Amino acid sequence: MNELALLVAATLAAGTPLALAGMGLLVNERAGVLNLGAEGLMLVAAVAGFATAYHTGSPWLAFAAGAAAGGLIAAIYGWLVIWLNTNQYATGLAVSLFGSGFSAFVGLGYVGKQIREQPIDGVPGLRDVPLLGVALFRQHAMVYLAVALTAGVAWFLYRTRAGLVLRSIGESPQSAHALGYPVQRIRLAAVVAGGALCGVAGAYLSVVYTPLWVEGMVAGRGWIALALTTFATWRPTRLLLGAYLFGGVTMLQLHLQASGVQIAPQFMSMLPYLATVVVLVLISRNPLWIRLNMPASLGKPFFPGG
Amino acid sequence: MIRLEARPAPSGLMSVLSPVMAFAITVAAGAILFAALGKDPVQALTVFLVEPFNGVRAVSELGLKSTPLILIALGLALCFRSNVWNIGAEGQFLMGAVTGGGLAMWVTTAGLDLSRWAFFPLLVLAGAVGGALWAGIVALLRDRFNANEILVSLMLVYVANLFLNWLVFGPWKDPQGFNFPQTVTFASQTEVPRLIRGMRLHWGFLASLVAALGMWLFMFRTFTGIQLQVGGPAPAAARYAGFSSRAAIWSTLLVSGGLAGVAGAFEAAGPMGQLTPHVSAGYGFTAIIVAFVGRLHPLGAILASVVLSTFLIGGELAQSRVGLPSALTGVFQGVLLLSLLACDTLIQYRVRWRGAR
Repeated sequence: MNELALLVAATLAAGTPLALAGMGLLVNERAGVLNLGAEGLMLVAAVAGFATAYHTGSPWLAFAAGAAAGGLIAAIYGWLVIWLNTNQYATGLAVSLFGSGFSAFVGLGYVGKQIREQPIDGVPGLRDVPLLGVALFRQHAMVYLAVALTAGVAWFLYRTRAGLVLRSIGESPQSAHALGYPVQRIRLAAVVAGGALCGVAGAYLSVVYTPLWVEGMVAGRGWIALALTTFATWRPTRLLLGAYLFGGVTMLQLHLQASGVQIAPQFMSMLPYLATVVVLVLISRNPLWIRLNMPASLGKPFFPGG
Repeated sequence: MIRLEARPAPSGLMSVLSPVMAFAITVAAGAILFAALGKDPVQALTVFLVEPFNGVRAVSELGLKSTPLILIALGLALCFRSNVWNIGAEGQFLMGAVTGGGLAMWVTTAGLDLSRWAFFPLLVLAGAVGGALWAGIVALLRDRFNANEILVSLMLVYVANLFLNWLVFGPWKDPQGFNFPQTVTFASQTEVPRLIRGMRLHWGFLASLVAALGMWLFMFRTFTGIQLQVGGPAPAAARYAGFSSRAAIWSTLLVSGGLAGVAGAFEAAGPMGQLTPHVSAGYGFTAIIVAFVGRLHPLGAILASVVLSTFLIGGELAQSRVGLPSALTGVFQGVLLLSLLACDTLIQYRVRWRGAR
């Protein structure tokens, strides 16, 4: 039983970066912008966060640095795709390639460096409840913030006027423009916010989860987060559940490896990637279902008067 | 205040000038970066951009690096023109290396007596099959289940990488290899024949040039080639004309996967002569940049591959000569593609300067 509780706890920790990045991408995509640069943003933010934690010792400054790095690069991406009308796929790819090169370069000085492991305080009072305490209430604060963020994003999208405007821009930028909303500026704001969340996710990986800097350490989580938005049919709560599902797959393979199952570790490590493919296949096989749920202008450029 | 104004027709001049401008921006950014790192920018840029051309041997190495880039970028150009976003060429390259390298390993251990010229076509075939099968998974899932090809092809890169690792750490490991993750060294008759004695440049380079010519003929001189490209920018028009988008998905993915696979087989049996986890230097991703810088044009891909292989070799030289990290290559690549996309705006739009009022 205790082992199961530990597995649940590990699942929550592993799902958190996916939830943070996925939530950012969900906000982007609800505004009609598909950012394939997520992996690159997370890598740069992971370095920025690790370096900040290394020099200041403060995890919260590190998260702020990650968010700033992610937001900054997302702003460049946003300027390119929103004002210069570059192809969103190609530009996102460029950001991913740039991010992996740039983070490898900047991170050279931090390879092999160590930072203090983050103390896990958990929730006072609840952390000592048998089993449940171990499973749910001994996590880094960021794990709970990710849950709060989900609620916040759901509230914002469905219960506020600004959220309504954001969604309408994702469905029909032409109509929103005709109503007088500054489509381009709102899209940029969504892209920067989404990039900042990807940045927090990257910093969480290098500061709390690992905590180390290794080249390419994001290991496809940015791409998996992109797949999660489709999996969740662009709904915040489903995205959070999906993130935990993938966190669970990651943990399950580590757990199986540790328990000495006779399968080569390489095949175990394939699991999260194969799971992503399987999930995409299952969710996409009904084109109508996707078309009903996908923001209608996703990936399409909007140029006022153009 | 800067304002963009749509051009009545795309500018052909800007389409050619844009890569040149992007290259200039990249070099300028590089100079600033070198200066910031406390190096003499002129000296560092010379090492980075001029040294790779210094001498016959250096040029042979450039050609060697260009070979996989050209082959992969040709397939990607076809894909991107047809609006099929295959970004997993790295995985297809690795699987081609596995099938091509596997064949070379089998010939080696079975002690078959084949001449190099008899083995060469077999190697090409093996690589093409490996890469095409891997890309075929993407095509199948996209066609049958509507699964996004960007994400599926990219996920399969990680899977292919782990599969290669499993092989060289496990069943294919050289028993006499001191436990290093590598296969046996392939027999000399499986090597790709070299072009010039004493140089590493091999016939695969000529094969890539022939492939570029073939791709040019296919793209611009055959009906099927035109069909595929119409389907990209104007799917509705293509459907109306009776062109099948399913055929586009299958044919572009199989062709690009096959070409990437051949590149992988050449790399394994050519300069490497064995399989290791490091058979690719990220060629599948670099080739994406090659395809865009080369204007998604087969002949452009050849020119662009020279630029990108200069960066690859320049990065290695900068590390050994000037003490700059070779990771700089990745920064250069990213800056080049980003500035290229920004400059490409000038193809569709004119910049107007609006005075302050």
